Amino acid sequence: MKAEDIPLIRKIIRRNKRLELLFAVAGLVALLIGVLTFVALFAQMAFAGWERITPEFFTNFPSRRAAQAGILSAWVGSLLVMLVTAVSAVPLGVASGIYLEEYAPKNLLTDIIEINVTNLAGVPSIVYGLLALGVFVYTFGFGQSILSAGLTLGLLILPVVIVATRESIRSIPLHIREAAYGLGATRWQVTRDHIVPYSLPGIMTGVIIGMSRAIGETAPIITIGALTFIAFLPESPVGPEFPWVNFEWLTSGFTVMPIQMFNWTSRPEEAFQQNAAAAGFILVLMTLAMNAVSIWIRYHVRKDIKW
Amino acid sequence: MVSVATMRMSEQTAADTQVQPDAAAGAARSLNSPETTARIGSGVPVKASVENFSFYYGDFKALKSISMPVHEKRVTALIGPSGCGKSTLLRTFNRMHDLYPGNRYEGTIRLHPDNTNLLDPAVDPIEVRMRIGMVFQKPNPFPKSIYENVAYGLRIRGERNRSAIDDQVREALRGAALWSEVEHRLHDPATALSGGQQQRLCIARCLATQPEVLLFDEPTSALDPIATASIEELIHELRDKVTILIVTHNMQQAARVSDYTAYMYLGELMEFGETNQIFVNPTRKETEDYITGRFG
Repeated sequence: MKAEDIPLIRKIIRRNKRLELLFAVAGLVALLIGVLTFVALFAQMAFAGWERITPEFFTNFPSRRAAQAGILSAWVGSLLVMLVTAVSAVPLGVASGIYLEEYAPKNLLTDIIEINVTNLAGVPSIVYGLLALGVFVYTFGFGQSILSAGLTLGLLILPVVIVATRESIRSIPLHIREAAYGLGATRWQVTRDHIVPYSLPGIMTGVIIGMSRAIGETAPIITIGALTFIAFLPESPVGPEFPWVNFEWLTSGFTVMPIQMFNWTSRPEEAFQQNAAAAGFILVLMTLAMNAVSIWIRYHVRKDIKW
Repeated sequence: MVSVATMRMSEQTAADTQVQPDAAAGAARSLNSPETTARIGSGVPVKASVENFSFYYGDFKALKSISMPVHEKRVTALIGPSGCGKSTLLRTFNRMHDLYPGNRYEGTIRLHPDNTNLLDPAVDPIEVRMRIGMVFQKPNPFPKSIYENVAYGLRIRGERNRSAIDDQVREALRGAALWSEVEHRLHDPATALSGGQQQRLCIARCLATQPEVLLFDEPTSALDPIATASIEELIHELRDKVTILIVTHNMQQAARVSDYTAYMYLGELMEFGETNQIFVNPTRKETEDYITGRFG
């Protein structure tokens, strides 16, 4: 390069950098549109509902008088439904994921199953609601209960759990597997001692992401016939007397957070809109808290697993 | 076989090939037909014999009619250019290929003294892997503690007695020359060790279950020269206890650590013999070209 070329080179570099700046600005704007929209929605709900968020709001049943209405039956219902969802979807999803990844022969049939599992994740939730209405509520006779709702949502997040399990298993390097097989381990020993423990953080993250989707689901729950006004709690799952647990609550009628919220938004009185905003705020907080747990798992449990 | 030790101490270049072949090597200076390979190193018992072994990845014939002995409590090196099939041959010894679909064996690999054909479909690959341990190219400790890594082989064999496991873990770590470095942090994660320590840990993991044969698949290719030297030294020490097969890209390494060398090219065994003979006086032109760096 000759000395007189240097100004020209500098000019080209300046021009290239202008393009770079252009993209950086465009990217930032794109990002802010998403983030600010969420922040605005969240802030609006927080402002609108702020006065209503008192301890009584959590301990009161819904009421005809907006000022006395609370979300007790809704958050208890959400919690119990989530419990059934987790208990049904986690073992089924994790076992299916492990089987597909570690045991199933690779052939046309497993390919078809694989594609269908992925597709299931995209089925609209109301379809699951209709299915559950026919199968759980009527055919199996579970009624319009916590059990039916939990199983429906469990079905809904099952593909998410399966996919998360498989992805997580796939991220275990081949050479770790070969090390275990090389010592003479059986497939089950490799699965139990290595595959499951090493993929657990990823599986748990997937489960929580699925759960945070399920907790906000309204359509399938309405379809199977959740109550919108409920002034009692299900029987407590744990009792003071032997055998300390009972399963009466499974058959109980129920409502959940999003339905309570939906119910309030459909009221004409302004005061109920305030209640809806407060319930929405709490629901978003519940979801954020679950996501926080999954982030915590990613950073703190996974850090011990390196290859 | 004083020669190996001498070589290891000496410079790592051309000097390696200057070492005097010992008496047994004289007998070996001929062709690599099955009859002659049987004579090589006469007096040293054979631990495993590969007989007319071919291997297929799907339709691709990766190994073609290989026959060679593996001598007991000696180090046998497999050398050859990339893609020659040396790792494929090594991995056959503990049936690693069974883990993946579409692989096929032909011929036999007999393990002595019981004459078990390792490739017999009726022989469980798990049984084979319990007898023959393997150390991989990249150190691959489990993301568990140092102790648990070494104990794992014992645990899958159903060992429950804690003090027995403690003893065998200690013995294995001593055998892998790692004990003094880790005795005070047995319960730290294995992944916190350096690359060379991790590789010695993987060797200890194999040693804990006292395998009859130990396979090394380019064990030092991911390590720095100092860690490499310690692994080579270790292989040399292990030679008295266990039969060793090692795949290496590094000719000097083969010359330093092995008693026997097999040179492979394009899926065929070109030459097998005592390491001294292969390096000092190869029978075939191709072997000489490869060893002297004119090719490969």
